[in-house]
Amino acid sequence: MKKTEIAVIGGGPAGLMASLAAAEMGARVTLIDRNSRLGGQLVKQTHMFFGSEKEYASIRGIDIGKILSAEVLKNPRIETMLDSTVIGYYPDDGVLGVEVEEKTFVKIKPEKVIVATGASEKFLPFENNDLPGIYGAGAVQTLMNEHGVIPGDNVLMVGAGNIGLIVSYQLMQAGVNVKAIIDAAPNIGGYWVHASKVARLGVPIMTSYTVKAAYANELTGALERAVIWQVDNKWQPIPGTEKVLKVDVICISVGLSPLAEILWQAGCKMKYVPQLGGHVALRNENMETTVPGVYVAGDVAGVEEASSAMIEGRLAGLNAAKSLGYDNGTFNEKRREALEQLESLRSGPVGEKIRQGLAQLVS
Amino acid sequence: MRIVKHPILSFERGREVEFTFDGRKMKGYEGEPIAAALHDNGVRVLSYSKHLHRARGFYCAIGNCSSCLMTVNGEPNVRVCTEKLREGMVVETQKGRGDIK
Repeated sequence: MKKTEIAVIGGGPAGLMASLAAAEMGARVTLIDRNSRLGGQLVKQTHMFFGSEKEYASIRGIDIGKILSAEVLKNPRIETMLDSTVIGYYPDDGVLGVEVEEKTFVKIKPEKVIVATGASEKFLPFENNDLPGIYGAGAVQTLMNEHGVIPGDNVLMVGAGNIGLIVSYQLMQAGVNVKAIIDAAPNIGGYWVHASKVARLGVPIMTSYTVKAAYANELTGALERAVIWQVDNKWQPIPGTEKVLKVDVICISVGLSPLAEILWQAGCKMKYVPQLGGHVALRNENMETTVPGVYVAGDVAGVEEASSAMIEGRLAGLNAAKSLGYDNGTFNEKRREALEQLESLRSGPVGEKIRQGLAQLVS
Repeated sequence: MRIVKHPILSFERGREVEFTFDGRKMKGYEGEPIAAALHDNGVRVLSYSKHLHRARGFYCAIGNCSSCLMTVNGEPNVRVCTEKLREGMVVETQKGRGDIK
């Protein structure tokens, strides 16, 4: 059995920062990721980030991913396992089961675990919602921004939150026509800066609209058109308001839910918090769950966005290292700094939902 | 369809390889997901569901949702959204849950 001081599960923004912070304090880290490269979903974010300089503001997500991955790979205290999927956590003896390259099974016994597994895309119920051509927004990003293949010619974007707006813009960068962005809510959920970018390019953003049904081309079996309709202020559809859109792609961007399987296996106390995307682990200010030595960071700790994921990761990494006695003399300062940054990111009206969610979670 | 010109991104692609989809010869790039190569070749329907035989495509493209299971080189239930394309691969539409030989 392989031993390590801190195992970090997931090499996205949270996991990368957690690894770097723990290594900086002096701990030995094993970073495990199921992909062939680090960076998580950063590798497909072509937009520039907000926040302050410390969270890499005004740098594109893809470049932040490259910067952090390079730092991790050259750090002698961090061992990186790629193509490695953590498929089980055995709470009795604190052992992780890891499938490496879908061939070998490796057992790892860490002293501390930081779970930074991210989130998966939610789905939307409507008639024929399983047709080929109906994809998650993240899937569309992966296909076009990572692999350079466009998803189709004409897209209906469902969801006017930040992801829906950003992916719409990215679709247009790739030369794809976005017919409309719809959202069942009466308001645009995302930042105005993202909404303005697509609106300026002539894409209608239709609030209080949802999908009624999707229909396939009889020959190909894949999506050919969508029917949308308006909803009233009680979210009830209004018959007679139907509109038909000829689209070969419906992109679903209705939120994410935490990928928390390992936390359930570890026996962490979980709570359903809709503001944070689903079931999340109860935790303290140091990102430690109710199972001592098991930490969380990033979307799995509550769906938010990449900047806060990075700081949560740093916080988890610092605290996990400190709990093993590692401190290069800067722990207190770095910890305080991270907590302040999180508070500032979550301040104001934009962070209200997150604050409500975290109030139910953090002890 | 491949993105040829992009304002921000450039794509590093592997060498061009041949594979077959239900017996038809197709081309893709080595190391990219099988689903990306199929999509570029216009293939949207990857499998048919077990009970109602409904057409299935991919949904998440990162190995979470299992909507994209196909038979690859005779092995069923391969997640083609993450499985890497190799020269000469035999990719087949999967019907139902697939048989393990």
